[in-house]
Amino acid sequence: MPFSISLVINGVPRVIALDDARVTLLDLLRERLGLTGAKKGCDRGQCGACTVLVDGRRVNSCLALAATLDGAEIVTIEGLADGDALHPVQTAFITHDGFQCGFCTPGQIMSAVGLIAEGRAGDDPEHIRELMSGNICRCAAYQGITEAVLEAQRVMGERRRKDAA
Amino acid sequence: MNQFEYVRPSTVAEAVALAAEPGAAFLAGGTNLVDLMKVGAARPARLVDIRRLPGLDRIEWLDNGGARVGAMVRNSDLAYDQRFARTYPAVAEALLSGASAQLRNAATVGGNLMQETRCAYFHDMASACNRREPGAGCDARHGQNRLHAVLGWSEHCIAIHPSDFATPLVALNAVVEVQGQHGLREIPIDSLHRLPGADPRRSTALEPGELIVALRLPAEAAAFSRHARYLKLRERTSFAFAVVSAAAALRLEDGSIREARIALGAVAAKPWRAREAEAALAGAQPSRESFVRAAGIALADAGPSGDNAFKIELARRIVLRALAAAAEGTPDATPALPGSPFSTIPGVRNVA
Repeated sequence: MPFSISLVINGVPRVIALDDARVTLLDLLRERLGLTGAKKGCDRGQCGACTVLVDGRRVNSCLALAATLDGAEIVTIEGLADGDALHPVQTAFITHDGFQCGFCTPGQIMSAVGLIAEGRAGDDPEHIRELMSGNICRCAAYQGITEAVLEAQRVMGERRRKDAA
Repeated sequence: MNQFEYVRPSTVAEAVALAAEPGAAFLAGGTNLVDLMKVGAARPARLVDIRRLPGLDRIEWLDNGGARVGAMVRNSDLAYDQRFARTYPAVAEALLSGASAQLRNAATVGGNLMQETRCAYFHDMASACNRREPGAGCDARHGQNRLHAVLGWSEHCIAIHPSDFATPLVALNAVVEVQGQHGLREIPIDSLHRLPGADPRRSTALEPGELIVALRLPAEAAAFSRHARYLKLRERTSFAFAVVSAAAALRLEDGSIREARIALGAVAAKPWRAREAEAALAGAQPSRESFVRAAGIALADAGPSGDNAFKIELARRIVLRALAAAAEGTPDATPALPGSPFSTIPGVRNVA
C-alpha cells in the first residue's frame, strides 16, 4: 500500500513515497535518502549509534517506523555543521579525542546535542555519563566523550550569553 | 519483520474498533513492539498507530489531589514533570533508572506497562516458549535462567516483568483506565499483569482490543512523598534491566512507621507487592532490625526457578536498602544515578 509522508530533514522539507510500512527512520535515512551518518549498530535500540533528533528530541531511529513520523522534523549528523563551520559539539569531540574508530560518533554527537538541549546535566560529569549511557562506544572513548560534552555545553552557554548581551 | 497493515485512527473509539480484529496490535513509542517484530516474536497483522490520538498526552491534577497521566505521555516528560516528581518521587526515580535517555524520550506510560518480558527464550524464535506459543514448552526452565523469576513462577513459564516504572506504581495503588469496545473500565496496576500459571500467553488482564488510555495515582499516595525510593541493582552502572529492584515508601509519624509500602521488581511476571512485609512494619520503629525482618517476610515464599537462588538474597538486601533509604528521606534532587544502590546520596560521585 504505497503512501507518502512529509518530513523536514536537516531543514529541508521533503515529501517521501513509502511503499512499505516496515521501513524504519534509520533505513529511510541510510538506504533511501543517502544520509548514512546515522549508523546501524545493533538495530534494536541498545547501542545508540542511530541516534537522531525527532522534533528536537534524541531518539533511536532504528526503533521508529518512518510511517509514524509524518510531519516530523528530523536532524541528523549531516545537518549539524553550518557550512564549513562545525557545530560546537563536533569541535569538542575532536579537541577531546571523543572517539577512536568513529562508528558510534554520529550517534554520540547527536545524543550530546539532545542532552545539552535538555539542560539537566549541569556541569557534573556523573550526570553526563548517566545521560549519555544510551550510547555505547566499543573503543571506550568515554573519558574524552564526557569531557567533550562538558566543554561543548560550556561553549554553547557562553555563545548564548554573548548573543543575548 | 512480517508485512502488516498500518492504520492511523483519529479517535480512541476508532482505534479500539480497529484493534478488536484478531492479530491487531497498538503501536505507541515502538521501543518494545518494533524490537519484537524485528526478531519475529511479535507478528501483528495490523498496527494501530495511537501516537496522535487526541487527549492522551496530558498530565492532569484531579480535584481530589491525585494525578491522571495520559497513556501517551513520554517516560521522560513524566519523570521530569516537577510537580509529578515531587508528589511521587519513587515513580520518577524508577522512570529515570530505566533504559536510556533516547528510549525514555520515545517510550510511553501505556507502552511501558504493556511491554513484554525480556526473557531471551521469548525473543529467540528457535527456542520453545509457552508465552509466545502455548504448549511449546519452556526452554528457560532448564536453560540460562540466572535472571529469571523467584516468585510466582510456574513450570510453564519463569519469565519476569522488566518494568521499573510499574514497581512503585503497584506499591502506590495506581490504577489504569482501559477503553474497550464496550466502554471504559478501571484496573488496579496490581491486577494488570498476570502470573503465568498454566497460561503464560495471557500476560495482562486486558481483553483483545482494549487500550490503556490513562494512569491514575491516588492522592493518598502523595503522603509518602518525603520517604519514597526506588532502588535497582543492575549488572552495569546504567542502561540495564534490573537484576532485582524495590520500591519502598514510608509514612512516618512521631518517629515510628504509620504505614509502609513495598514492591519488588524483576522477581516475578508482575511487580510484586509485599503486603505482609508492609503490615509487619506498621507501628514499628524505622530501624535496621525492623527492615531486616520486613525484607525477610517479603521473600519468605521465594524459590529459585533455576540458577537464580542468589536473586532471593539480593532481593532481600535491595528491600532492606530501599527501606533504609526511604527512612533517610527522599533526596531534594534526583541522584546522578537514579535508582542506583551505589550512589544513593545526591552529589556523591560513583566514579572519581
